[in-house]
Amino acid sequence: MTTQTPSITATTMGKRSWLNLAGWSAALVVLGWAWQGTEMQPGLLVENAGNMATLASDFVPPSFTNLGHYIEQMLVTIQIAIWGTLLAIVFAIPCSLLSSDNLVPWWVYQPMRRLMDACRAINELVFAMLFVVAVGLGPFAGTLALFIHTTGVLAKLFSEAVEATEAGPMEGIRVTGAGRIEEIIFGLIPQVLPLWISVSLYRFESNIRSATVLGMVGAGGIGVSLWETMRGFQYTETATIMLVIIVAVTALDMASQTLRKRFI
Amino acid sequence: MSLTTIAVQQLSKTFGHHPVLQDIGFEIRQGERVALIGPSGSGKSTLMRHLVGLTRANRQGNSCVHALGRDIQRHGKLISASRAERCRTGYIFQQFNLAGRLSVLTNVLVGRLGRMPRWRALLGRFSAEERAMALHALKRVGLEELAGQRANTLSGGQMQRVAIARALMQDAELILADEPIASLDPRSAREVMDILKRINEEDGRTVVITLHQVDYAREYCQRAIALRQGRLYYDGPITQLTDARLQALYENAGLNELYQPSDGSVQPVMLRAATG
Ligand SMILES: Nc1ncnc2c1ncn2[C@@H]1O[C@H](COP(=O)(O)OP(=O)(O)OP(=O)(O)O)[C@@H](O)[C@H]1O
Ligand SMILES: [Mg+2]
Repeated sequence: MTTQTPSITATTMGKRSWLNLAGWSAALVVLGWAWQGTEMQPGLLVENAGNMATLASDFVPPSFTNLGHYIEQMLVTIQIAIWGTLLAIVFAIPCSLLSSDNLVPWWVYQPMRRLMDACRAINELVFAMLFVVAVGLGPFAGTLALFIHTTGVLAKLFSEAVEATEAGPMEGIRVTGAGRIEEIIFGLIPQVLPLWISVSLYRFESNIRSATVLGMVGAGGIGVSLWETMRGFQYTETATIMLVIIVAVTALDMASQTLRKRFI
Repeated sequence: MSLTTIAVQQLSKTFGHHPVLQDIGFEIRQGERVALIGPSGSGKSTLMRHLVGLTRANRQGNSCVHALGRDIQRHGKLISASRAERCRTGYIFQQFNLAGRLSVLTNVLVGRLGRMPRWRALLGRFSAEERAMALHALKRVGLEELAGQRANTLSGGQMQRVAIARALMQDAELILADEPIASLDPRSAREVMDILKRINEEDGRTVVITLHQVDYAREYCQRAIALRQGRLYYDGPITQLTDARLQALYENAGLNELYQPSDGSVQPVMLRAATG
């Protein structure tokens, strides 16, 4: 740190520590502000410890009489996640290309990005409620909800990968006289494909988790049973459902992770 | 009389505030074999990129780049052209610009994309004949055993030869090669230069080669165009690119030195190629 130009170093250091101080203060203010908003009362946890113990004891022992039904519902949940993700991938590919500033002019990527922002901003549960109204109760509404939200997420992640690519390979294809789409297929896609696959699988994992709650608003899957048993205070059933969810999500996460590793 | 293959007029290019090319103008006739030389950073690659429209000239100014009977760009605006027109010019990049995750064979096959029917190009369905051509092109650069390997696992010199095979595959009338032998050992370099010489002499293709090795330029090319700090410094027969001129080109000597002939015999710095 001590060089031939101590005065400059000192001023930059001074500036640094000022910035540091300001940064930390700002962070503390935000944390305090959020604490107020969330009405945090850790004391309640201690005060109501008794209640919580009673509640927890209601969950044991899990009841396995309806296990078959829950497993079936879990499979529906997985099916929702599969199709929701797959449709999203198919639509996210063109949408991401159209939101990349190295491929299209600003008057294409700006509107496309805003559209994708909107898809992403609204939670899948909200979309699910809307689709339940539109197409009726059941897994189809859930699939559509996941599809729209995930398209927004994947389009952004895909296009970030596209914007990080090198221009060289695409130029290499361009000068052979090939068209714009060939340029993308041969020059761009090979560069982004591993990342796209890995991001899609990751999204599939998180979509399974999201799909487990879609049923709570009537959009199919295991969430329906989850909601019903909780509302009926059948906590031993709820416990079984939770176990099914934990086992399925963990297994699929692990499977998808091993797959992902092969593509990076 | 011979046809003009490339005509560049009043070409200037500025990146930010940095003028990289200033008022470049020259013509290259069909069937010529031209070396483009100049120190690193003198603007050779930038000039070559203008010739295929990868880089646009400054908007202001009356620049025009013309190649193979059509304007590539005028006043800094690209003139669009069909695939059939564009694939008549082949380009070998200094950085190779291969698709790293595709196989060597596919990287060569893409040289054909501009000439294939559109639907096959989009689906990447190359015919058996095209595959045979690609293998033949790979054989010419001595890489046929590596056809199945991924391009990003190759050595620099091997990548360079794949890039050359891709350009051969394109069967272009005009070949622009940006330092095609920069990462090759002397023997491969010679082979590549021989290939370029052969397609020039036997097939009558026009070839422009950027080179750092003046010896190769002297041996393989008839004409030299030299850039120095973005300006045209020399344009004429390579035989008259004397050691003194070369020294002035590459050393940090002032341009003015050349205008002071030590003996009365030194030619003007700019020598137009011997035509009208
Ligand atoms: N896209 C760009 N943006 C900014 N500057 C650029 C760009 N491309 C080239 N330059 C600058 O233009 C100048 C000429 O570069 P160019 O690549 O044409 O040189 P060159 O003669 O090919 O050099 P070399 O022999 O090292 O390949 C360099 O100073 C370079 O930094
Ligand atoms: Mg260069």
